[in-house]
Amino acid sequence: MKKVFRFLFFLPTIYYLLSTISYAQPISSAELINNAKQYDGKTVVYEGEVIGDIMVRGDYAWINVNDGQNAIGIWMSKNLVKDILYIGSYKSKGDWVEITGIFQRACLQHGGDLDIHAQAIRKVRQGRHVLERLNMGKRNLVFVLLGVLCLVWILKQLKLK
Amino acid sequence: MILKPRLEDIKAIGYYLGKIILGLGLAMLIPIIISLAFGELNPALDFLISIEIALIFGLILVKLCFSPPRARGAEFTEKDLNWMQGMIVVSLSWLAAMLLGAIPLYLSGHWKSYLDACFDAMSGFATTGLVLVQDLDHLSFTHNLWRHLIMFIGGQGIVIVALSFFVRGASGAFKMYVGEARDEKVLPNVIHTARFIWLVSVVYLILGTFALGTVGVLNGMKPINAFFHGACVFMAAFDTGGFAPQSQNILYYHSLPFEIITIIIMLLGAINFKMHYHLWMGNRREIFRNIETKTLFITVVITFCITAFGLTQIGSYPKAIVLFRKGFYQLISGHTGTGYMTIYARQFINEWNQLALVGVICAMGLGGAACSTTGAIKMLRIGIIFKALKEDIKRIILPERAIVIQKFHHIKEIFVEDKQARSALLITLAYLVLYGLGAIIGMLFGYPFLDSLFESTSAAANVGLSCGITDVNMPAALKLTYIFQMWAGRLEFMSVFTLVGFFIAAIKGKK
Repeated sequence: MKKVFRFLFFLPTIYYLLSTISYAQPISSAELINNAKQYDGKTVVYEGEVIGDIMVRGDYAWINVNDGQNAIGIWMSKNLVKDILYIGSYKSKGDWVEITGIFQRACLQHGGDLDIHAQAIRKVRQGRHVLERLNMGKRNLVFVLLGVLCLVWILKQLKLK
Repeated sequence: MILKPRLEDIKAIGYYLGKIILGLGLAMLIPIIISLAFGELNPALDFLISIEIALIFGLILVKLCFSPPRARGAEFTEKDLNWMQGMIVVSLSWLAAMLLGAIPLYLSGHWKSYLDACFDAMSGFATTGLVLVQDLDHLSFTHNLWRHLIMFIGGQGIVIVALSFFVRGASGAFKMYVGEARDEKVLPNVIHTARFIWLVSVVYLILGTFALGTVGVLNGMKPINAFFHGACVFMAAFDTGGFAPQSQNILYYHSLPFEIITIIIMLLGAINFKMHYHLWMGNRREIFRNIETKTLFITVVITFCITAFGLTQIGSYPKAIVLFRKGFYQLISGHTGTGYMTIYARQFINEWNQLALVGVICAMGLGGAACSTTGAIKMLRIGIIFKALKEDIKRIILPERAIVIQKFHHIKEIFVEDKQARSALLITLAYLVLYGLGAIIGMLFGYPFLDSLFESTSAAANVGLSCGITDVNMPAALKLTYIFQMWAGRLEFMSVFTLVGFFIAAIKGKK
């Protein structure tokens, strides 16, 4: 009888712990998207590069974080984005951040978007500007093709005359 | 008896193809201007190389296929094209556009192979929207603009560009215009029609870019990004293409107003240019009377009911606004042939049930209006088939002596004729075969039936919604299959069949 009572006491506790389980290891975007139902409403850790824009909306902001496979929208307090200095684009590598937050398969607050509501953000690696060096091979090819083009043009004009 | 093509045919085809290639080369000047504005050096080199290659090939073709003036002063390569020549010029122009348009993409290093770059180039020109690009979020402004510009060019029609600026003879121009799946003239002269299509598109481009850019700024984007994205998204939405500047497609913006504006632009793109003309002329009643808009409304309602019922069955999106932003958005995007997405590709398979997917597949297969930028079967044909069916049923029900006639309103009152119904049914059948063929090939590579049918319909109907099959790692043969489907689907078969016939005649024909 005592065992039964103990079991009945622990059952809701185990259920509660399982339902609010958090995943301490970073989970990839592909894993989150492919198993969205499994992670829905759970606290997850996700990391990747901040890309595009920081879109401030009132006291909150949207950032999009790409882990190399997909980008996922992160909804967070405006205060949390202050540390983000670099955003990924053609001319820069964005900051690599680790997000801890609640994963939503179809967020009711945001029209059904698959997103993460961030509770904490940690910068893993700072981004940087990407210096663009002129590709000499391409430059030389431009000149060679220009020569060929001029030759074709001259031949065309000559024959026409 | 099949006759071998004459040298005169080959020269006429080559001459006009050369001119169109020259036009394409000149279009690459626009990204170069952008590269200079944004200070992107290597992308500028990519486009310089591509322009030079295009100009070299174009000049050689024009030179080789040019014939000197004859006794009466006419150059036969500049005479009006016949139907066969016009159709072949069109089909080859699209292949040439794919091969040349892919060069700057491949040189950027964001595409794993030249085949992948060709896939995206054909997807762009055919306004499909399926992509194999890698690391899109770090792509330059220059290349990103080119991706969207090719949708704008392809949506109006590659040949329309040439018609507007290069082609002299009106009769030859009409044959190329028809070859590009545009069998309706807005204005009596086809060159004027081509220019009107450009006028409509440019006016909407300015308005659409302003609207999307403003929403972008209000959503917190940097103004330069907001307006650049606005222009790109407009070009892809109005031309029912589906490319977007970021890898998340429209999900990137997390914005209801942005989604609503793109829905409006997609619908504008799915409307017949003839309808645009009448709306511009103040004839607003046409929109309520026209068979195409009526059919579009009915098919959207039916397919959305199917999709919504499916989604409600599994409770994927419990709130009405969520159902609108996820269910209705993907559906209208599919129906107009755009392919904009606010969900991830795999969510179709993982979170939508089969009924919801069938609703979207049907919508994709139907398409928008004739003489619009959409692909697929198109509303006019569906309307005509329905009317013809109604006529036949009436004939059976009514007494034999009763005279049964059916008419429909498309700018004017038109009587349904057997010839129209036959033509509509044949093209519909050809599309259904193309959808099925792609699905079978997909299944041969081990993909499930519904996934294969979804992706195949999306490619052949020039939609661009993906359930995840389109991927850089998919077999090369499947990439080639989808390229063929996009090409044949965009040109509505006739010019592709003519090209096949031309090659058969060249091999088996008699002199």
